[in-house]
Amino acid sequence: MRRVLALQELLGPAAVVVIAALLGAVVSTSNEAYFTDALVKVAIVVALYVFIGNSGVLSFGHISFVALGAWAAGVLSVPVSEKPAIMPNLAHALRDRTTGNLSSLLIAALVGGVCALFVGLPLMRLSGLAAGIATFGVLEITHNLLRYEEKVGPGLNTFSSVPETTTLRQATFGALVAVVVAYVYARSRYGRILRATREDAAAARAVGASVYRQRLIAFTISGLVAGFAGGLYVHLLPLNTESVYLDLTFITLAMLVIGGATSLWGAVVGALAVSALDSYLAVAENGTSLFGWHIDLPAGTRVIVVGVLMAAVLILRPTGLTGGREFRLWPRPA
Amino acid sequence: MTLAFLNIDWQTLADATALGSIYALMAVGIGLVFGVLRLVNFAYGQLVMAGAFALALASQWGWPVWAGILLCFASVLVLSVLMDRLVFRPLRGQSPAVMLVATFAIAFLLQSIALLWFGPLGKIASSLAYLNRPVTIGSVDIRKITIVAIVVAVVCLLALSLLLERTTIGLHMRSAALDFQTARMLGVRADRVIGLAVLLSGALAAVVAVMLTVQSPLVTPDFALRDTIIVLAGVVLGGMNRLIPATLGGFAIGFATGLLGGALPTNQSQYIPSFVFGAVILVLLVRPSGLFMRGRVVERV
Repeated sequence: MRRVLALQELLGPAAVVVIAALLGAVVSTSNEAYFTDALVKVAIVVALYVFIGNSGVLSFGHISFVALGAWAAGVLSVPVSEKPAIMPNLAHALRDRTTGNLSSLLIAALVGGVCALFVGLPLMRLSGLAAGIATFGVLEITHNLLRYEEKVGPGLNTFSSVPETTTLRQATFGALVAVVVAYVYARSRYGRILRATREDAAAARAVGASVYRQRLIAFTISGLVAGFAGGLYVHLLPLNTESVYLDLTFITLAMLVIGGATSLWGAVVGALAVSALDSYLAVAENGTSLFGWHIDLPAGTRVIVVGVLMAAVLILRPTGLTGGREFRLWPRPA
Repeated sequence: MTLAFLNIDWQTLADATALGSIYALMAVGIGLVFGVLRLVNFAYGQLVMAGAFALALASQWGWPVWAGILLCFASVLVLSVLMDRLVFRPLRGQSPAVMLVATFAIAFLLQSIALLWFGPLGKIASSLAYLNRPVTIGSVDIRKITIVAIVVAVVCLLALSLLLERTTIGLHMRSAALDFQTARMLGVRADRVIGLAVLLSGALAAVVAVMLTVQSPLVTPDFALRDTIIVLAGVVLGGMNRLIPATLGGFAIGFATGLLGGALPTNQSQYIPSFVFGAVILVLLVRPSGLFMRGRVVERV
């Protein structure tokens, strides 16, 4: 019975994702893009939650793994005939190979996970501010290398000619995969130990938990999900190094914080709620009408509104919209 | 004598020193607030950006130089007090990581307000452009701003250290930075100390804005963003908890990036950020309390 009730923590977030997908399916084609984008964001924010939410350690570096996953999937998906045009300096090993949609996503996840493991090996010893700054350093280094290293990607150019296979359906499945992975991890022995170290590192150590090892496991899994989400992202729209850098870091962290960083439910709700607001403002920037009022917001309003919202949530309700609790329709038996 | 084997001439060396001096000032600005609030202000660069836009507007309206600098100081000080009242104060008592995320949000907020207000192309601040002309010392040409920046930084740092070492409020600030709770119990007025730290930090941001606009007169909404990221890294590199190590860290990282940027060919200097942040990560791992700090901080239960 307890296990069945625990399933609602998975079914709640999954149901919201499916509802968003169904809404996306009935709106016009031009608005469908907003829903697809929101679902990819869900996957990214869930990746952030796996590490930040369960460990309580801040990371500015996860967009690195999104970027690396995107680069891996992108490079391998561009048709061989078009590679010389957009990536003239590509390494030989990458020049003559192209893989399908699904395998590129799996490779993206693998690249994200392996990179997170190697970055985490030294970095997981840090916490608090030091972790924040060091993971920021990871983001800077990744951005810098991808920007100028033309052997592994388009460098300063945009990833054009990647097949746009992330349709609404693929984004939905991707978001669901991320949610399931995060749920299974959080319910597992490892997820529980990591949350114990978040609540009280000293007490968790005293009962034999290795903070370092648990954080490393979570970091690797969240890198895996982030890489996968990066693969989804590069198949959604043509990316360049700037689209997987500070702005994306800001918006996804805002989503996680606004929703409630310590729960999967918070991550999903935050991602979808902020996406909805952001998309509405994006439409409003191009002019729209609400209850007969004509609204024509100047460009740039979106970031201001999201920034104010994020600061307000941090100040007034630091646990986020969901209070950082998991979704529950029925209370857990005592 | 030139360091010919590294392809470094005197101008590069002087520029690197000037950049290091400006970064040292930013490091002090960030370190002062960190000392009393335990808050890393990611939005510090946006204070500098606001000051730079004030200068640009003043030069667009044809104001005299002194009026422009006055406007710059006024707007940066008002903004930093507002930031303290609206953001820092409600966040007191939160963990440093939460405050870092919050100021990260404020940085983006201010940047997009500037984007709305001034547009992505930015404005030109040209009133002090004559400082970019070179002056000849001996047989070497050096731009005036290089010398001005170094002198201003040294004067500011001296004045600040006098304030901290020789006045009562300075003593209060130093004790608050050491242990805020104990200092309050011994009669240090928390709000006065924090207010002064915020004001001093704002004034330094205004000075930095003046210096940076001379070096790069085009002011865009992301003005000083990159500099802030590098200075933050430098502050952590030097040691966050004390002002002098933080300042040294800021200077070192500015000097190093300036020197490498001037000396290396482009196909190598483009990777400077990777080297800098790689070094920062390495230092964090080997000496978590900073490069110029003695002893180590161990958390105990």
